[in-house]
Amino acid sequence: MNQRTSAQLSEAPATGQEKAGRSVVFDVRDVSVHYGSAPALVDVSLQIRRREITAFIGPSGCGKSTFIRCFNRTNDLIPSARVTGTIEYHGQDLYAKDVDPVEVRRRIGMVFQKPNPFPKSIYDNITFGPKVNGMKVDLDEVVETSLKRAALWDEVKNKLKDSAYSLSGGQQQRLCIARALAVDPEVILMDEPCSALDPIATSKIEDLMRQLEDDYTIVIVTHNMQQAARVSDRTAFFTAEVESDHGDHRFGRLVEYGDTATMFSNPTDRRTEDYISGRFG
Amino acid sequence: MATTTQERRVTPVHDLRSSRRRAVTEQMTRAVLLIATALSVIVLATLLIDILRDGAGRLSLDFLTSYVSRFPEETGIRAGLTGTLSLMALVALMTFPIGVAGAMYLEEFAPDNRFTRLLEANINNLAGVPSVIYGLLGLSVFVYILGFGRSLLSGALTLTLLVLPVIIVAAREALRSVPREIRDGGLALGATPLQVAARQTLPAAMPGILTGMILSLSRAIGETAPILVAGAIAFRRADNEPWYPLEAYTAVPIHIFDFVKRPQQEFQIEVASAAIIVLLALLLLMNSGAIVLRNRYSRNR
Repeated sequence: MNQRTSAQLSEAPATGQEKAGRSVVFDVRDVSVHYGSAPALVDVSLQIRRREITAFIGPSGCGKSTFIRCFNRTNDLIPSARVTGTIEYHGQDLYAKDVDPVEVRRRIGMVFQKPNPFPKSIYDNITFGPKVNGMKVDLDEVVETSLKRAALWDEVKNKLKDSAYSLSGGQQQRLCIARALAVDPEVILMDEPCSALDPIATSKIEDLMRQLEDDYTIVIVTHNMQQAARVSDRTAFFTAEVESDHGDHRFGRLVEYGDTATMFSNPTDRRTEDYISGRFG
Repeated sequence: MATTTQERRVTPVHDLRSSRRRAVTEQMTRAVLLIATALSVIVLATLLIDILRDGAGRLSLDFLTSYVSRFPEETGIRAGLTGTLSLMALVALMTFPIGVAGAMYLEEFAPDNRFTRLLEANINNLAGVPSVIYGLLGLSVFVYILGFGRSLLSGALTLTLLVLPVIIVAAREALRSVPREIRDGGLALGATPLQVAARQTLPAAMPGILTGMILSLSRAIGETAPILVAGAIAFRRADNEPWYPLEAYTAVPIHIFDFVKRPQQEFQIEVASAAIIVLLALLLLMNSGAIVLRNRYSRNR
């Protein structure tokens, strides 16, 4: 493992960008993402604060999922994707040459749209992260605390050796959250985590997010505006624009970013107002 | 442009009887399909019955435990049986790690460039090369250049070359069928691509890989031409039971080939059929092994 990078990335003090009492975890400036030559997201600048829930909303094709994937460098895995601009994580450029994406992903966890447990036991799903990261921890303890934090412990404590596939969709998604917590990240990215779940499972995940907010910084992509309004502290609204150069290709742009309550009650941009009042999208 | 309003013929709504012509076409097509299916099964059944009738009488424990003899009533295939089993064990031992590693590289790590595509095209072509050509390659490379002689090792290496491309293709297929989300999930936890491939993707693909492996081995078990060319020996006695990879060896298909060439009727028909039955039984055993393995793994999902 690259010692230097890991030392560099660990809990660097926030660099004077304190605002409203909460330090900035991510400082995004002029970020654009292209797939090949076609833009997917253009000129986004915003700041994500520590121990808050930040929601990205907007119609499909607005680049919100593309954007969240920039924070743990998941876009690196798509050969044609190119990220420009800067994303600073506690003052360090996430895309600097000497930053190891593997180290980034260990600190910035991710939960996906479709629950994706490994085809293994519940126990092994949790312990995979600590094992591959060489964490010197008591695995039984990690399993218990992670599952408790993800509000799943009581439902599975007697069947930890059962296959993760035996769980319901909502349970699987909470298992994926528990799995992410097991490597002790600072940030959890959630890419439409409830879109494959029924309303009851969804509300459980939302409750869970509010509990996790005390200890983690959470960024969530959602196309459900009520969800954004219910759980998030801040909301970024993206919109899809059509560009005729690439054959009516759609790309995203940030319209408005601010305090969720203000944004939903009193949006400054007309497009935001139209979207949240259900006039399009 | 003149737009002639074409008169639409409207089917009367109340006529719900099936059209006679459509029904006949339907029935006839089904019959043709059934005959095509039945044909292949009938051929196989005839073959099996014929062989069983000719060879079953010659089957006995003695047949499995005696060496080849000039006399049809005394002959057996012990040397071939042990040879085939050792051959398969060696081939499995060599193809599994190489095949899985090759498939893993191509499927998980290879960059998408011209060199990779060249590799892929070559592997796919190799899978279609006639087996006797592998025999010639084995003869010149393993028997002469590397100096392994006409030994079990030369035969096993030759068969390894023969089945390796097939196993790589099968293993890649199995790896590809592991959902993208599994890899994403692993990477998102801070695992390196190698850790994800070795600890998540590969185990998830294992049933498919093992099935492909056993099926290609069961193809190799019946191959005669390549090992014949690369030096399997047909007719020796006790000293060609291979306990050591550099010794001379023989195999069941080589016995069959040898029996059929002999002048006596008993050898040509009865003894050869008995040996074929043994070979088929081995094949059946391996294929059912593949099914059992696949079921056991998929139950754990």
